[in-house]
Amino acid sequence: MTEVAAGLQVQLQRQRGDFALDVDISVPPRGITALFGPSGAGKTTCLRAIAGLDQGMAGHIAFAGDVWQDSSTRRLVPAHQRRIGYVFQEASLFPHLSVSGNLDYSQRRARGHRPVDREALLEQFGVEHLLARRVGSLSGGEQQRVAIVRALLSDPVLLLFDEPLSALDASARGELLGCLEQLHAELAVPTIYVSHAIDEVARLADHLVVMEAGRVLSQGSLQSTLAQGKLPLAMSDQLGVVIEGQVVAQDPIDHLVELAFEGGRLWLPQRTERVGDRLRCRIGARDVVLSTSPPAAGSSALNVVQAIVVGMIDAAHPSQCIVRLDVHGIALLASITRRSWRSLALAPGSRVWAQVKATALGT
Amino acid sequence: MAGLSVEDWAAFVLTMRLAATVTVLLLLLGTPLAWWLARSRTAWRRPVSALVTLPLVLPPTVLGFYLLLLLGPQGAVGRLTTVLGLGTLPFTFAGLVVASMLYSLPFVVQPLQNAFEAIGQRPFDVAASLGAGPLDRFFSVALPLAWPGFLTAVVLGFAHTVGEFGVVLMIGGNIPGQTRVLSMRIYDHVEAGEYLQAHALSLYLLAFSFAALLAMHLLRPRRLIAHD
Repeated sequence: MTEVAAGLQVQLQRQRGDFALDVDISVPPRGITALFGPSGAGKTTCLRAIAGLDQGMAGHIAFAGDVWQDSSTRRLVPAHQRRIGYVFQEASLFPHLSVSGNLDYSQRRARGHRPVDREALLEQFGVEHLLARRVGSLSGGEQQRVAIVRALLSDPVLLLFDEPLSALDASARGELLGCLEQLHAELAVPTIYVSHAIDEVARLADHLVVMEAGRVLSQGSLQSTLAQGKLPLAMSDQLGVVIEGQVVAQDPIDHLVELAFEGGRLWLPQRTERVGDRLRCRIGARDVVLSTSPPAAGSSALNVVQAIVVGMIDAAHPSQCIVRLDVHGIALLASITRRSWRSLALAPGSRVWAQVKATALGT
Repeated sequence: MAGLSVEDWAAFVLTMRLAATVTVLLLLLGTPLAWWLARSRTAWRRPVSALVTLPLVLPPTVLGFYLLLLLGPQGAVGRLTTVLGLGTLPFTFAGLVVASMLYSLPFVVQPLQNAFEAIGQRPFDVAASLGAGPLDRFFSVALPLAWPGFLTAVVLGFAHTVGEFGVVLMIGGNIPGQTRVLSMRIYDHVEAGEYLQAHALSLYLLAFSFAALLAMHLLRPRRLIAHD
């Protein structure tokens, strides 16, 4: 606790009724860190404490050498002095101000000295044409886009997102997720992103903190943390890994792109990506089929990779297990029945062929 | 105004002066009090809240009686004001202002408190995250979002002060130009059997009160659009 650490260090404890929170989270100084877990895990509670909005917790919070909270010395920096940008689940625009009034409110109070390029942000989030509108006349997706621009205009040193997409319908959600992906590529500010949706985490996060019932189950880089196959029981259907690679080929007739990653190549449905783009792809454990011999030519699965079994872990349902695989150094998870595990006589070291349906890779 | 004698007119002007003074002072004192009542988490909140609403249920004569004792030459406050060279407050305009403020306090504080509470915590959290300090949050978020409450507070505080009688009777007396307000004047007219004059003043008061309340209901927004 004495060394000056870059990034954000958070230790929090709270006992309230039968809910106990006890976490120790480390957020790197760059990239997006996802706080991931089922509702009731304490994600939002942690986020509010980091923001200084909830001051009833014991603990220690330090950001880039500044101590924001220290219960032992009763130090508590108020929220408005922490230079955070907070995006709430509901857009929470000020109803007494217009869209541009909301943005001005933030920009006038910006605490940094870097000039924020307002015009670029407006364009990036597609809100230029909304400026004169009353906030009540905006759709949910438009409100949330304005709220994100508002948070960015305050020139924060730390961005906090509290399930910003969960209140939106599917199309607005997809649109905003694209905006956030673009933001992620450009943004230098460390960001904490609370979510219970694995697809958001897979597309946005660099680091992952998995939480359940007020505790941290695991944390680390996105890939390595997901590859451990440890998710809260309630979320075991979301088990899977994320691989990252480069688009090396596209098939415009079948609308597919081929992704080359360290472990091999995969075909997946084309969204907007072109040859040369970096791309992330989530492979759900349920979408992987294992066989101990090369699959026959009659399989509809487009993707087959060779893998070595690393180990087996219990799944939520007693009929199933999660097989941890190694594909030329890249981790893969497969959810299979225990019966298959026995009948295929799988064991650590077994050589298998993993088939992945391309249709399951749409992210 | 038609049908008003010079004395009636004086009573009218005095009443308006009293109500305006009381309303302005109550807004200045009532706003922080209502803010505290709406936001505080301390145990003191409830007893203070009960005390503020006490004039709603207390007979005005009871309030006036205690004020008379308290502010009079033998009372604690009376002795203080005497020492300070202010004399004693009962049977003066200033005394009437003090008494009316207590009497109308809940009519100003309650609408303000309700309006502050209706804002909820979220806009303040947003403002804090955007760098607004406590005072900034009060002026940039609380005041503009609570303005319907201020409108109600002004109208109710003013109209209620215009309409008081019992407290004035106890602490004001009936001194022309000092404490003889409209309601006292009507009482005088009825006592003297001058029903015509009583009628005229009563009608004016009735019309005024109705107009004030109507204006309040017309000006209030039906619902502040807040998609949350």
